[in-house]
Amino acid sequence: MTMVNLTLNGKQVSADVPDNTLLVTFIRETMGLTGTHVGCDTSQCGACVVHVDGESQKSCTMLAAAAEGASVTTIEGIANGDSLHPMQQAFHENHGLQCGFCTPGMVMSAIELVQDNPNPSEAEIREGLEGNICRCTGYHNIVKSVQAGAKMMGG
Amino acid sequence: MPEGSIKDGIGASVRRKEDKRFLTGSGRYTADITRPGQLHVHFIRSVHAHANIKAIRKDAAEAAEGVVAIFTGEDVAADGIGGPICGWVVTNRDGSPTNEPPHPILANGAVRYVGDHVVAVIAETLEQAMDAAELVEIEYEVLAPVVDLANAGSGPQIHENVPGNMYFDFELGDEAAATAALESAATVVELEVRNNRLIPNAMEPRAALAEYDPIDDSYTLFTTSQNPHLTRLVIGAFMLSIPESKLRVVAPDVGGGFGSKIYVYPEEAVCTWASKKLQRPVKWTADRSESFLADAHGRDHINKVRMALDKDNRITGLRVDTVANIGSYLSAFSVVTPTILHAPLLSGCYQIPAIYTNVKGMATTTAPVDAYRGAGRPEATYLLERVMDTAARQVGMDPAAFRRMNFIPKDAFPYQTPVALQYDIGDYEPPLDKALEMIDYKGFEARRAEAASRGKYRGIGLSSYIEACGIAPSAVAGALGARVGLYESATVRVDPTGTVNVFTGTHSHGQGHDTTFAQIVADKLGVDIGSVEIIHGDSDRIPFGMGSYGSRSLAVGGAAIAKAVDKVIEKSKIIAAHLMEAADADVVFADGKFTVAGTDNEKGFGEIALAAYVPHNYPHDRLEPGLEETAFYDPLNFTYPSGTHIAEVEIDPSTGVVELVDWACCDDFGNLINPMIVEGQVHGGIAQGVGQALLENAHYDETGQLITASYMDYCMPRADDLPNFKVDYTVTACTHNDLGVKGCGEAGAIASPPALINAVIDALAPLGVTDMSMPATPEKVWRAINDAQTEAAE
Repeated sequence: MTMVNLTLNGKQVSADVPDNTLLVTFIRETMGLTGTHVGCDTSQCGACVVHVDGESQKSCTMLAAAAEGASVTTIEGIANGDSLHPMQQAFHENHGLQCGFCTPGMVMSAIELVQDNPNPSEAEIREGLEGNICRCTGYHNIVKSVQAGAKMMGG
Repeated sequence: MPEGSIKDGIGASVRRKEDKRFLTGSGRYTADITRPGQLHVHFIRSVHAHANIKAIRKDAAEAAEGVVAIFTGEDVAADGIGGPICGWVVTNRDGSPTNEPPHPILANGAVRYVGDHVVAVIAETLEQAMDAAELVEIEYEVLAPVVDLANAGSGPQIHENVPGNMYFDFELGDEAAATAALESAATVVELEVRNNRLIPNAMEPRAALAEYDPIDDSYTLFTTSQNPHLTRLVIGAFMLSIPESKLRVVAPDVGGGFGSKIYVYPEEAVCTWASKKLQRPVKWTADRSESFLADAHGRDHINKVRMALDKDNRITGLRVDTVANIGSYLSAFSVVTPTILHAPLLSGCYQIPAIYTNVKGMATTTAPVDAYRGAGRPEATYLLERVMDTAARQVGMDPAAFRRMNFIPKDAFPYQTPVALQYDIGDYEPPLDKALEMIDYKGFEARRAEAASRGKYRGIGLSSYIEACGIAPSAVAGALGARVGLYESATVRVDPTGTVNVFTGTHSHGQGHDTTFAQIVADKLGVDIGSVEIIHGDSDRIPFGMGSYGSRSLAVGGAAIAKAVDKVIEKSKIIAAHLMEAADADVVFADGKFTVAGTDNEKGFGEIALAAYVPHNYPHDRLEPGLEETAFYDPLNFTYPSGTHIAEVEIDPSTGVVELVDWACCDDFGNLINPMIVEGQVHGGIAQGVGQALLENAHYDETGQLITASYMDYCMPRADDLPNFKVDYTVTACTHNDLGVKGCGEAGAIASPPALINAVIDALAPLGVTDMSMPATPEKVWRAINDAQTEAAE
């Protein structure tokens, strides 16, 4: 067992978990935040993307113990009370989601993409989201959402 | 967000009511649910495609830490547990029935595909169950697999009661007439196509959590289902033999289905059965590898096509001989998909006087194959639209002109095809014209030349499709072998304060029903869309319904909601007439108000609702109190969406990579309730079709191992594989439902594969390439180019 201490959505959390606990398992099962999803077992689909110290991270590919002392942000931690994060709002306005399963990872990836590149081209968005699979939307409205989200984030 | 007024009614692109919970991580999927004391089950699956089970040794595993129980097929048989059933069968050419083999929920003596369920290991934690599974020894006698579809009939017999590995041998149409047309044709066009096997890959893997309540001997099953009532019926009546009333099935938020979550699979039945045996909740969540191995796959046909043309290039006949891979067991709609949902679509949007088709459904030692987005109709459309292009090329006609001259003319509706369907309405030229204009068809040759100057081959490809949605009149379906009805249900419950709850038998797993259905109700009742709640997915709350598949939710489920709302309005009018002391016939309802013609008397809808529940001044002699109505709508016919999709591609001859550079489509879905949501459905459908045509292929090797069993090996469309899509519509309103709607969920997946492959062939046609199989991978395309160049040089 390993004692893991980290900041989760701005709050200090600690838990004693088996050494091999993945960060996604820590978030979903130990901490009960089920907005972060598991869609595959090969680190391909991106449904589990969270931010670790501000960087996109597939949380199925990292041990919880490796996040010791880090600041972890999940989809539950980006809205400001009832007011959605601009990227969440952009996905809503542009119908950038259907079944919602890939959405948390997609939004988290999109936020980091725009933080790194405040004014991305369509091609840069498509390339930047290559690690997130969506089966519903055909990506057209996701790209549109990220473009709109980038504008709303001040790009 | 433009909520809050009647402007959010029918025809408005209202932003979705359901979005917020998904965007904030508050969606509630089955895997997110935890029950106190829950156990976890891990399934040991067959590693062989075909084998007899000689022995299962589980003593060591049973003694492992945390293990609560280990079940095998013997335990299932001892408790008399049945297997999944086939929901629709057909009659063979010789009048005999479909051969239906048993399908135990845990293998009983034999395994028939890699991934078949053999042992259920149940433990306190998933890790303990997985560790214990390593200690279970299974002794197999390995048998020869049956993998090659074309020769499945001559392989070793897979099921005792399926001779020649043929489940069914179906035919439709007039063989003599088709033969005569082909014999007297000026031109005969021949084509053989393979509709590649696909894996649906909803992003949420399947899951189940079952809980038994000993107080009232009842079960609750949370599961990833597109149709909770069908799951309840099948598990209750056919598998566990428990009263349906003792089983509640909840399909909460479901992360995509595309057909794969229609069926009842062994896993959810095992969880439900074990929850009583162990008196603890039992949970299973598939990992992606299990989804690849054991979700029902899609497509997998070989179609031999012969088309007859007269001297004016009009189609005079069509014959299609199909071999369909059904896989190791009969999944729920595995028989209807390549037969009833396929053969009647072979007339497409064309006048074809004589059609005959034969479909042989074969058993193989691969995963069960069933309906996947489009279900039979993509296969029909693919072969038809491929042979249309092949024919146009053969007779030297422009493919658009060839289609146009063979379209069913708009004054020919209702149109009876020679393959059973009667199209109620359609007009195929306007969407063709619009799509041609959207993609600038006239300017294509200039773009081809410009691409050639950059060393690229550019091609354009069309697909004009029709589909049959919203199946079907139940009586007709029953006569054709359906074992279920195909109506849909809705209850509209108005609260005393005038808010509205709609309980629908359909299920939303991405389609946006919370919004679209609320728009219908808001529009008809003149109430705020925010005061309408849509409830689905819980068999204890909703009326018995058939769920969502086959683009039926709006055309059948929406029609049921509209009917129930009409009943509410009719009752409300009588209450209003009583309150305003007027004759029923003088009361008019519009914009949420009841008025008496010729007076300034009026009552709001909310006032009527209150009067219905506080019936102090009420027409008790004529009405019961309350304001709640239920309607079941049984469709009068299929609906027939149609349209034209056009793909434009560029091919790099040095790599064989096909770049999809442009897409234009114009669809006729009848009236649109929410154009934004419809467009999203079109985008997603096209993406899945592009996946089939360029990227995706489920491949078994000769030993029956699934080679493409992860996202490392099975190529899913990603953002950088696709362009933006140009989407537009024409409208001919459906004639037989009140909303005039046809359905839009599958059109993109049906229309797109042939458009793309036709575009690839068009790009390579100058080299002499005449055929390309799906998926058109870089290797295949590169080889086709190289072979053509080598041939030209010789």
